[in-house]
Amino acid sequence: MSDSVSADLKKTPLVSVHEKLGGKMVPFAGYEMPVQYPAGIMAEHNHTRASASLFDVSHMGQAILNGDDAATAMEALVPADIQGLPLGKTGYTMLTNEDGGIIDDLMITNHGTHLHLVVNASRKDVDFEHISRNLNGRAELQVREDRALIALQGPKASEVLSRFVPACKDMKFLFSTAAVIDGSTCLISRLGYTGEDGYELSVPTVDVVRVAKLLLGESEVEAAGLGARDSLRLEAGLALYGNDIDTTTTPIEANLAWTIGKRRRAEGGFVGADVILKQLAEGTERLKVGIKPDGRAPARAHTEIQDMDGNIIGEITSGGFGPTVGGPVAMGYVKTDFSKVGTEINLMVRGKALPAKVAALPFAPNRYYRG
Amino acid sequence: MATVRFTKDHEWVSVEGDVATVGITEYAQNQLGDIVYVEVPEAGRAVDQGGEAAVVESVKAASEIYAPISGEVTEGNGSLEDDPSLVNSAAEGDGWFFKMTVGDASQLDDLMDETAYKAYVAELG
Repeated sequence: MSDSVSADLKKTPLVSVHEKLGGKMVPFAGYEMPVQYPAGIMAEHNHTRASASLFDVSHMGQAILNGDDAATAMEALVPADIQGLPLGKTGYTMLTNEDGGIIDDLMITNHGTHLHLVVNASRKDVDFEHISRNLNGRAELQVREDRALIALQGPKASEVLSRFVPACKDMKFLFSTAAVIDGSTCLISRLGYTGEDGYELSVPTVDVVRVAKLLLGESEVEAAGLGARDSLRLEAGLALYGNDIDTTTTPIEANLAWTIGKRRRAEGGFVGADVILKQLAEGTERLKVGIKPDGRAPARAHTEIQDMDGNIIGEITSGGFGPTVGGPVAMGYVKTDFSKVGTEINLMVRGKALPAKVAALPFAPNRYYRG
Repeated sequence: MATVRFTKDHEWVSVEGDVATVGITEYAQNQLGDIVYVEVPEAGRAVDQGGEAAVVESVKAASEIYAPISGEVTEGNGSLEDDPSLVNSAAEGDGWFFKMTVGDASQLDDLMDETAYKAYVAELG
């Protein structure tokens, strides 16, 4: 059986590894990516929660921002406290537009001499153009197409990676270090998109097949695809750009106010600050919440949400089956009056009202290593 | 001896006397991956050949299941409610979706026999 997809799609440097492992390749954000391997999404999900999985996330965009004023320049575009980011630490934030909407969500790491940026694959061209255009000579953006990105996620990730880089063991959640793995200088950050402990490794493209094979060679590690990545992040309550957040949703509506630094709340000075800070003070008409259907039927993205009287009160933005939860889970926006955990709502699936409740996020407890 | 026929949408129908049992093929379950939910039709529901009759959901997505022939549903497979993974483990056996009457036996001629279906699947690669 051939799993080849359109020739127009870009490939990550690990495409040969995916094919060898029997990955089912699908188009995703312009790339040919493995949605799953022969083990299947459920097994890959469960393996990540129980042991350690390797994900290829090389489709994501990486760049560095050089210049003495890089942090200040970046703060004009994001609401996070970048100047206050400790050396070696990563912050989660978003690029915002004039309306307070989200252009993309991204990770920014302070490496002292420069900032390292990781952005979504589907948005990298938009992001890098937006950033470059707004630097006003205060910093220089350098897109790193010579770097691949892999994620090692799960409770055994630390034990596995420490065999190659002992310093990884005691590194805390959201901290980074440069380290040599098999002769290749990698940038290792203790974070991920699964809710589990784990790492992301920015690896020189030329070395990534070797490094990936080295990690896959450890007995605890299996490959996992985008399908498991999606069910893992949904259970972890993490937003997916294009589903849960986009240019029409603000960080406040998306329940991401925690990413806005204290100083930034006081000073503003980022794109869309007038809208976002007003919402922070006064609240919003809708909020992103977790949703747990009472029954077994999954409710997918774009499912209409109604109150018990049949009035439309919102829409599901991500929904599916949570293997760790053992049932359907979802996230979506509801009118703020209905956002309290435990509120009874109906999900309109195939013309039927399925009872559900607003639920606390995450669905599966986060297991980040905080030392 | 049952007559088994297949649709291009990868449903199978096994006719024994005046009872037809419908499910999805081994190929279909393999393509869908882990099945987490199945919605089967209730007894008494009339279904048309090619019309929506059931829904199967994998971790990733929901898919419609179409009636291979017209008739009336006599029984939905209640076991799938408790254990939807039966579709993965026994797609062409215990993982059947529903039983129905045979409204028009000549509609079976529109469908593929096992040899034709195997060739069809081989073509899909």
